[in-house]
Amino acid sequence: MSTRRDFLKRALAGGAAVAGAAATPCAQARDNAQLSPDAVGLLYDATLCIGCKACVTACKTANDLPIDYNTSADAVWDMPLDTTARTYNVIKVYKNGTATIKDAEQDGYSFMKTSCLHCVDPSCVSACPVNAMTKDPVTGIVSYDKDACIGCRYCVAACPFGIPKFDYQSATGAIGKCQLCRHRMKDGHYAACAEVCPTGATLFGKVSDLKDEAKRRLALQPGEVTQFPRGNLSTGDQPSWEGAAAKYVPHLFGDKELGGTQMMKLSAVAFDKVGHKPLPDQSFASKSETLQHTLYGGLALPIAALGAMTFFAKRNMPKDDDATHTDKGGKQEDSK
Amino acid sequence: MSKHLHAAPTPVGGRLLNPATFACGVLILTAFAVLALRFWGGLGAVTNLNDGYPWGIWVVADVVIGSAFACGGFSVAMLVYIFNRGEYHPMVRPALLASLFGYTLAGAGVIFDLGRYWNFWHILWPGYASPNSVMFEVAACISLYILVMWLEFSPTFFEKFGWTNAQRKVGRAMFFLVGLGTVLPMMHQSSLGSMLVVFGTQIHPLWQSMALPAIFLISAITIGYAVVLFESCLAAAAYRRQIELHLLTPLAKVMLGMLSVYLAVRFGDLIVRGALGYAFEATTQAFMFWLETIAFALPFWLLGSPAKRANPANLFTGGVVLMLAGILLRVNSYLVGYQTGDGWSYFPSVPEMLVTFGMFAIEVLGYIVITRRFPVLPREDHAPAGQAA
Repeated sequence: MSTRRDFLKRALAGGAAVAGAAATPCAQARDNAQLSPDAVGLLYDATLCIGCKACVTACKTANDLPIDYNTSADAVWDMPLDTTARTYNVIKVYKNGTATIKDAEQDGYSFMKTSCLHCVDPSCVSACPVNAMTKDPVTGIVSYDKDACIGCRYCVAACPFGIPKFDYQSATGAIGKCQLCRHRMKDGHYAACAEVCPTGATLFGKVSDLKDEAKRRLALQPGEVTQFPRGNLSTGDQPSWEGAAAKYVPHLFGDKELGGTQMMKLSAVAFDKVGHKPLPDQSFASKSETLQHTLYGGLALPIAALGAMTFFAKRNMPKDDDATHTDKGGKQEDSK
Repeated sequence: MSKHLHAAPTPVGGRLLNPATFACGVLILTAFAVLALRFWGGLGAVTNLNDGYPWGIWVVADVVIGSAFACGGFSVAMLVYIFNRGEYHPMVRPALLASLFGYTLAGAGVIFDLGRYWNFWHILWPGYASPNSVMFEVAACISLYILVMWLEFSPTFFEKFGWTNAQRKVGRAMFFLVGLGTVLPMMHQSSLGSMLVVFGTQIHPLWQSMALPAIFLISAITIGYAVVLFESCLAAAAYRRQIELHLLTPLAKVMLGMLSVYLAVRFGDLIVRGALGYAFEATTQAFMFWLETIAFALPFWLLGSPAKRANPANLFTGGVVLMLAGILLRVNSYLVGYQTGDGWSYFPSVPEMLVTFGMFAIEVLGYIVITRRFPVLPREDHAPAGQAA
């Protein structure tokens, strides 16, 4: 029988090993994932958006999505107020005071597109236990495969933008989210929302081109006349139009947030007022995976722990013990 | 360890149908009725789950809390075999039995919550499984641990059916099973904390931390001892057996030792991260944090002196309060501290709660049936066994 000191020593050693493992996430630290050079995405410029919702309708058609009443069921048309498993794209509105001046924080209004941001280092992909959420290594599109999905909804809970949504009303419900119309790309099409946008507020293109365009706009003087491209920025498939630059918030949302997103946003109203709270530059996925790889990298720590535990168990267990009792003769004697 | 000669485990005996088992049966049937509706109409037909709170009590209570409550077997086996405290040996079988049920049900309970349950095998299937996901780690470890526990417990059945050969074979591998049975729960109980790391700033700073794996693991070990105190007191009262004070009194001291480690890690982490200030804001989260902290601290007052540790009422209350603390830590970090954006709220629906009650009823019923019919609890000569429920 061991002494109390032995017990304490081992308890402390065990505790220290666990605490040490948990507190040193630098062993196999993983940085934010890097953007693919051929990544595609969207640039949404709230100052160009007129709130026509052509993109909401086009998204429904392109993805063959049903009517989605989250207003009253006897409404004349459906008016989704937020994305759901059956609505992948909505235009929301910010209103203040009299709500008469476009893109003004005081007494003004502004639109804001809500759809998947296609993170460079997505939490949903890191969370998914069955590779139903995947990120394309070339285009960077975050796609979903319902045939792989087990419906655990870890992605729904993990997404910091609240994008993957689950259909709770169906016995065979699945996740719904924007996949940047990847199913239309083989026919030379691109994201339907950008294709139909009459003002170029939603612009499709290579992420590198979109970033250059966004930086160009941010460098413009308010009121300065400039060309606004439409449709696909990288191919220039639609004619651009001439207009005046707005007074932008000097920030490209999605440039750095959580390691960057492939859908980026420009706005004249502060981002935290249009639904985007500030986020750190380090992705949550890299934090989680660094922790997991530190604890389980090469299974070194679990195997070492198993070795130690098996050693002690072997040493402390009499040969005839079956772990559930020692004395098969049924001797009636207490230890004290 | 050979110095400790204990009474051999014997079936308690007695009638299987009594008010307690009948109540369990009713709860179980009700849960099955609700589950039939869930499979017919989808999760939305019976639960209050929504896209802001996609995880409700079927995850947090049935799996996260249920498996922590099932840590008695792990905590006691570690004490006996790793720390060589053979005097606690008679507690291994009953504790293991409760763990077996807790984990098997936590594993089975996941199926009801999975929206696409027919694909559940993907999580362990090469080609689908994603090792980067914390949930993969939890699923793999819990599945393996359930198997290991059934093997650890199998001598009880072999003994009953007189299969001495099988009993001997499992006995020879037992040291390895015990090793696995210690490491696997360490892995997934810590991972149940790690699961929240990827939620990032959606988890309130009082609960979001890289120390979550340590916090969840140490609390689960502590709760393991609390559950043993609770079960032993309850079994003694229900079966009119002598309360095993000579074991429970020192066990309570071990529990307090582990609890001090827990509180040191929990508050050390809050101070190092500079997050303690959030505990003094006028928020629901701060209030719930203090409720949780009080529940974790209360056992020191309830069981602080040798006299108190010798009092069965204090042992029982101490165990229950610490189990409550474990519930609060898990509900707080998964639900109260989860802020997914404005406009979302969640409180479990009545049918949702009925399923959770039904799950716990299966555990209680299973425990009663097996202890009455199989050799689990130590034989007792002083008092006649199995008179009442």
